[in-house]
Amino acid sequence: MADDLKVFRTWSSPFALRIIWALQLKGLEYETIFEDLSQKSPLLLQYNPTYKKVPVLVHNGKPISESLVILEYIEETWNQNPLLPEDPYERAKARFWAKFVDEKLLQSVIDVLVTEGNKQEEAVPRAKENLKYIEEELKGNKFFGGATIGFTDIALGWTARWLPIIEEVTGIKLIEADTFPRISEWMQNFCDVPVIKANWPPYDKMVTKVQGTREKCLAPKGTN
Amino acid sequence: MATTDDVKLIGAWPSPFVMRARIALNIKSVDYEFLQEQLGTKSDLLLKSNPVHKKIPVLIHGHKPVCESLVIVQYVDDVWASDQPILPSDPYDRAIARFWAAYIDDKWFPSLSGMARGPTEEAKKAAYEQVVEGLALLEDAFGKCSKGKPFFGGDRIGYLDIALGSFLGWIRVTEKMGNLKLLDEAKTPHLVKWAENFCADASVKDVMPETDKLAEFAKMLMAKAKSAPPN
Repeated sequence: MADDLKVFRTWSSPFALRIIWALQLKGLEYETIFEDLSQKSPLLLQYNPTYKKVPVLVHNGKPISESLVILEYIEETWNQNPLLPEDPYERAKARFWAKFVDEKLLQSVIDVLVTEGNKQEEAVPRAKENLKYIEEELKGNKFFGGATIGFTDIALGWTARWLPIIEEVTGIKLIEADTFPRISEWMQNFCDVPVIKANWPPYDKMVTKVQGTREKCLAPKGTN
Repeated sequence: MATTDDVKLIGAWPSPFVMRARIALNIKSVDYEFLQEQLGTKSDLLLKSNPVHKKIPVLIHGHKPVCESLVIVQYVDDVWASDQPILPSDPYDRAIARFWAAYIDDKWFPSLSGMARGPTEEAKKAAYEQVVEGLALLEDAFGKCSKGKPFFGGDRIGYLDIALGSFLGWIRVTEKMGNLKLLDEAKTPHLVKWAENFCADASVKDVMPETDKLAEFAKMLMAKAKSAPPN
């Protein structure tokens, strides 16, 4: 029976992009349902009652939530174009770095976006320290996955678009080509991959949204 | 096929995260050297093996370090693949197990910590309510995953059993010290029975600390935290 695949996403969610990339890299057809998070659909609430968030992948009526869980599911269900290495140790490293992106790097970058003054001054070196770990791990490979993108590249991928936008919005340079040469090159290579190029949300719309997030977080309490 | 490469685990007996790795290794009957860290210090080996997080557990297999407890459990399952699978075989069941394990680590455990470490009494109470709510969700998940069998994993302990079961020592300490119930015959009857079965399992019983011993340890930690100079 033909697979029925649906992706619940928003136009701007970087986590949903991971799923889009994985599905397209595997050549899979799917239906997209765009959600308005201020008015969540009954289906979304039914499919992800725990978090009520996107992305959700629904495969033949069965929902899966949490982007890294969804990625592993896609990888295990469809063998073509593997995203994880075969070697158990390399797989463990891929999972470790994906977790690092979500649990450490992401928040440290958000902290730079949503703060100012002293707080922001403290947040910048923390974000750079996390980026340094990524820089070291790249070890001169084109991608974490080797010659083609894999699990870790997909987990980290949002940075290739969002970091430059955050830099533009805050006026703070996080990725200097001389201090992060590997990440700089990785970002260029990543953005050149056809599936990646084809799916970024519109740049200007993203800048407006990220700007809006910064302003909302910095607004004095009681003015929201 | 099982490898005879040297296996070491850096950890400490009170840590639920370390326990996960030990249970996985026990399930696979893998011999390992348990290198215990001393409270308050971090060994050179730990700092070298886990420079990013500087935390336990770290599995060192043939000199290669694997960090993060659930990553270690999956690694052990991948390497010693033929003996007693830890993750379910069906991809959807695997996704459900991974989802709830991530929920436990991302949402539920921080609430459990918050019961002891919350900045105010109000915050601690809110954390308690979140813990109870989470256990209700997990009770429901148990019904769906176990399909009438004793464990989340079915007939035998699996990934989600390990993810949640490793906290049973601390759940019992929290209940004892707070004089309250988290696992409740009335609200979470399946989890109550499951907890008994889990703790009695051969792969668990030697690595699950006794509640009294863990409570002593918790008291000592709290005393240390109170006497530490303010940040």
